[in-house]
Amino acid sequence: MGLIRAQNRTTAVATLAVLLLGSALGLIFFYAPTDADQGFSQRIFYFHVPIALTSYVCFAWGAWKALGVLRATEDPERVERNDLESYVAVHLGVVFGALTLITGSIWARASWGVWWSWGEDQLVLFLVLFLFYCAYFMLRFSVAPGRQRANMSAVYALFGVVLIPVSFLAIRLSKKFIHPVVFTSHGPQMATSQLATFCVALAAMLLLFATLYHVELAGKRVDIRLRELRELLT
Amino acid sequence: MSYLADVAALARKDLLLELRAKETLPSMLLFVVAALAIFHFALPAGTSHAAALGLLWSALVFTALLGLTRAFVPEREQGLLDALVLAPCDRSAIWLGKAIAVFAFLAAAEVVALPAFAAFFSSIDGSTVAAVALADVGICTVGTLLGAMAVAGHARELLLPLLFLPLAIPIVVGGVGASAGAGPRYLLFLVLYDAVFSLLAWGSFEYVVAEE
Repeated sequence: MGLIRAQNRTTAVATLAVLLLGSALGLIFFYAPTDADQGFSQRIFYFHVPIALTSYVCFAWGAWKALGVLRATEDPERVERNDLESYVAVHLGVVFGALTLITGSIWARASWGVWWSWGEDQLVLFLVLFLFYCAYFMLRFSVAPGRQRANMSAVYALFGVVLIPVSFLAIRLSKKFIHPVVFTSHGPQMATSQLATFCVALAAMLLLFATLYHVELAGKRVDIRLRELRELLT
Repeated sequence: MSYLADVAALARKDLLLELRAKETLPSMLLFVVAALAIFHFALPAGTSHAAALGLLWSALVFTALLGLTRAFVPEREQGLLDALVLAPCDRSAIWLGKAIAVFAFLAAAEVVALPAFAAFFSSIDGSTVAAVALADVGICTVGTLLGAMAVAGHARELLLPLLFLPLAIPIVVGGVGASAGAGPRYLLFLVLYDAVFSLLAWGSFEYVVAEE
């Protein structure tokens, strides 16, 4: 029963994600005005920034689930569920993080003429996070599955969300500033049509994350069930 | 009070072991001096003071890594960690004792490394020394926790640098900034880093060593 409900939810989320991604693409290429300063290449903003924000959401969600692992001390089933969810969220966070680095690089090349700029704090922050969360997988794959691995992964994921603001501060302390700051304390510095496009693109990316999250979780759960069944048979 | 006594006993055990076996500290000392010698040849002649300071910081981080890699090896090889977890003391005391021992090794290595740096390259000011001391706290607290994680895996020695280096980047930023002249701001940042990550490591260590 639960499996069918989960399947329906996944289908609904996936449909919505496809619809929103389609309309975001339409808005990005046909509705949003071309930037006076950067021209056509500025449109990558509507991919790059939502992807980056989504990967933050992934890491935050992973840390939230990690907290669930640490709190559920007496309940092995809850530990296992939260551990799997935390892992999947971090995994998708790394995928979105890699996409952020790639789109960021492309944008940097188009607008500043270089593939990489150390003076640009967000990009450097993502590199740090990317390295950090890649090590998460090394940790996970080198420890035997079980309670201890769940705990370690959870602690490491929690370190990650603390590392985000700390690294951000560190990088801010040591940089020259060429990243366009769109969201200032005076509200977003862009036209309404741009803001609308951006919001749709962001919602689309978040839904894409939700879809991938459900699909990967379902896959992993089926995998586990299958292994249990096989063990029962032998 | 008994918590502090536990911590002191655990730290004393590590220091005694080191005094008798003399494994970790001599290798850290040799490593840091050798690294500084390598850096001398890696830098082109007439390099600025700032570039040399940057290399000092990477030498310190890698030396610390060497010490941290060894930190939990005796526990692992003798099966001592299981016994410590069973002992009727707070588990975070294990972490604190180990962190203090690692800090002692690292500080001893730096007592040699900083004068050696001053002799090989250029002089060091008070702000750099303060930054090194603050960075050591962060390196030892975070590194000890990650060291305990790394020994649980198959890859041990391989795993720790991967886990540790991304977390050490803010320390290097703070340290290099403090030694490059803009002191107080960066020292404050190092204090913040130490406070945040020490608390986190202190609170989470018991989960890392929890048995099945």
